Amino acid sequence: MAEISLIEGITQALAYEMRKDQSVVVLGEDIGVNGGVFRATVGLQQEFGPWRVLDTPLCETTIAGLTVGMAAQGMKPIAEAQFEGFIYPMLEHLICHAARMRHRTRGRLSSPLVVRAPWGGGIRAPEHHSEANEALFANVPGLRIVMPSSPARAYGLLLAAIRDPDPVIYFEPKRIYRQYKEEVPDDGEALPLDVCFVLRDGTDVTLVSWGATVKETLEAADALEAEGISAEVIDLATIRPLDFDTIHESVTRTGRCVIVQEAPKNVGVGAEIAARLAEQALYDLVAPVERVTGYDTHMPLFRLEMKYMPSVERIVEAAKRTLAVS
Amino acid sequence: MTIAASFQIEYRQYLDPDGNPTGKTLPAIARDLEQMVQIYKLMSFTRVFDSKAIALQRTGKLGTYASSLGHEAAHAAIGSAMRPEDVLAPAYREYAAQFWRGVKPREVLLYWGGDERGNDFSGPAHDFAWCVPIATQCLHAAGSALAFKIRGEKRVAVAVVGDGGSSKADFYSALNSAGALELPLVLVVVNNQWAISVPRSRQTGAETLAQKGIAGGLYCLQVDGNDAIACRDAMDEALTRARDGGGASVVEMVTYRLHDHTTADDARRYRPDDEVKEAWEREPLGRLRAYLTRLGVWNEDKETALQSECEARVAEEVDAYLATRSQPVEAMFDYLYADMPLEIAQQRALAVAREVNRG
Repeated sequence: MAEISLIEGITQALAYEMRKDQSVVVLGEDIGVNGGVFRATVGLQQEFGPWRVLDTPLCETTIAGLTVGMAAQGMKPIAEAQFEGFIYPMLEHLICHAARMRHRTRGRLSSPLVVRAPWGGGIRAPEHHSEANEALFANVPGLRIVMPSSPARAYGLLLAAIRDPDPVIYFEPKRIYRQYKEEVPDDGEALPLDVCFVLRDGTDVTLVSWGATVKETLEAADALEAEGISAEVIDLATIRPLDFDTIHESVTRTGRCVIVQEAPKNVGVGAEIAARLAEQALYDLVAPVERVTGYDTHMPLFRLEMKYMPSVERIVEAAKRTLAVS
Repeated sequence: MTIAASFQIEYRQYLDPDGNPTGKTLPAIARDLEQMVQIYKLMSFTRVFDSKAIALQRTGKLGTYASSLGHEAAHAAIGSAMRPEDVLAPAYREYAAQFWRGVKPREVLLYWGGDERGNDFSGPAHDFAWCVPIATQCLHAAGSALAFKIRGEKRVAVAVVGDGGSSKADFYSALNSAGALELPLVLVVVNNQWAISVPRSRQTGAETLAQKGIAGGLYCLQVDGNDAIACRDAMDEALTRARDGGGASVVEMVTYRLHDHTTADDARRYRPDDEVKEAWEREPLGRLRAYLTRLGVWNEDKETALQSECEARVAEEVDAYLATRSQPVEAMFDYLYADMPLEIAQQRALAVAREVNRG
C-alpha cells in the first residue's frame, strides 16, 4: 500500500465516498479542472464529471447558499472554501441556515453538508490566507467542527463528516498538508466525530492541541522526554462537540494541562477547555492550566508568521512551569 | 457607435384597476374560469386570515406578524402556478402561495406565535421554511434547482423576495449562478414599494427590478402585481421555461404593501396617507372580482357566502392555534443534531430536571 500525505487522505476520502454515494457532490472555486489550489480535488472531475465536481462562479456566498439548498433537497454537498480567510461571506448561510435547518423545521429539512477549508498559517501565503478562526464556528449551535492532524485522521474524519446528517466544518491544517506520509487503507472506515485521539501516553503533564500545532506539541513531548518528563499528547480533532471526558481522564492522572492552539488566545477553543477543567477538574489539578497560543493580534504577513505561532520552545516552557508546582 | 449589448423589459398587464381587459390578448389561464375563481377564493381567504392574524397580535395572542395585505394576487399566482414537486423558498409573508400548496393557516399562526412546529408544516415536505434573513432564500432555491439539474429531475425552484431583498448580494448571487449554471429557477421579486421605511427609489438606480436579471443572462419581465392574470401568466411562462431546460427567470410583480411592514412597524411614520389611499384603488381583489363578475361567474350572493365561509374557516384555524400547547422544554435540544452530542444531552437533562422540580 502506498503511503499518502494528509491532503492525499482528503482526496482519497472524497473519491471513496463519491464512488459509493451518488448524492455526494463537490463544489467550489477552481476545484474542477484545476483540482483545487492545493490539489485536494485533483482527478475528481475526470472521474465524476463536471456536475458532481462543480466549479462555481467566484462567490463564496453563492457556494454556501447553493450548498444549503442542495443539502435541503437530499444531496450531500461538500463545499470548498478556498482559504479559511475567505469563509466569512459564507457565515450567514452556515450560521443562519445550515446550523438551524433541522432545528427550525423540527427535523423536516436538514443540512447534511460539509464545508472544507484549508486552515492556518505557516505556508508563507499572502494576507487572509493564514487564519486560525475555528473559535468563530465553535460558538454556533448545530455545527460540528473537525480538524484532522494526520493523513489517517484526515481520511477517517472526512468520511465521517460527509456521512454525518448535520453540517460539518472541516478545517484542513494546510501547513501539514504534506508534512509526512503514512499508509492509509482505502477501506471506507470512518472515525468518530466526538472523540479525541490520544497520540502519546504520559504521566506528568497533559498536552492538548489540534490541527497543525499537533506537530509542535509532539516535538515538545519528545524534548520533555529527553529531560525525563512524561507528556501525554491529545489531539482534540473534533472541536465541537468537544470530547472533554478524554481530556479530563488524562488530567486526573497527570494533574497538569497545557493547551496549545494556533489561534489567538482570547475566547479561543483553549479557553473553553480551560473553563471546563476549572468547572470539573479543579481538584485534580496540581498546577494552573497553561495556554500556549497565537498572540491576540492579527496573523502577521509571512516574515513574522512563525514568531506568532506556538513554538516547541514555548510549549516546553509552559509544561515545565506546570511541573515547577508540586 | 457599436452596441455590445442592449435589452428591453416587457411590462405585462391584462386587467386595468377596474378589472377591464386592457386590450392585450388574454392568456388561456384567464379563460379557465374555474381556476380563476379558485384563485379569487384563495386571495379572499388570505385577506380574511391576514386581518384576523393582525387582530390576534393586537390582543396579545400572536407575536410579531408580517401582513400580506395587498400582495394576494402575486402570492396566489405563485402558488397556483407551481406543481407540488416544485420547491418554494418563501420570504415570510407569502401565505396565499403556501395555502395553495397545503400549508395550514394554523401553522402560519403557530410560527408567528413563537413555536417552531409551524415550520414543520403540512405543505410539500421539501418546501423551505419562512426565511427571515433577507434574500438568503434565493440561493437556497438556486441550490435546490442545482440538485434537480444534477439529478435530471423536471422540477423548478421558486424563490420570492421583495424590492428590498433585490438589493442584497444573495439575490445577485442567485441570479448570477442561475445564469452561469443554467438552473431551473424562478426568482420572483414582489415589489411592494417599501422595505420597512425605505422606498423603492432608494433601493436602486435601475428603472426596473426585473432588469437586474439581465446581467445574469436571465429571462426577465415586469408585471402588474395587482393583476392576478398577469402574475399567473408570468409564472406559467417562467416555470415552463425552467422546466423545459430554458433556464432561470426574474419576474418582478409590482404591487403595494397596504399594511405596515410587520405588526411591530408603524408606516404612518414614514409614508403619506395619500399614497396608501391611492394604492388601495389598484388593489388586487376588487379587480379580479370585477373581471369574474363581468363574465358572469361571480355575483354578490357568492361573495357574501364566500366571506362567511372564510370567516368560519379562519375561526376554526384560530381555535386550533389557540388550543395548541407549547412544546416541552426539551424541544429546544431535540432537533439540534440528528445524533445528540453528549454535552447537549447533559444540558437537556438539566433543563428537564428543572421543569420536573417545578412541577
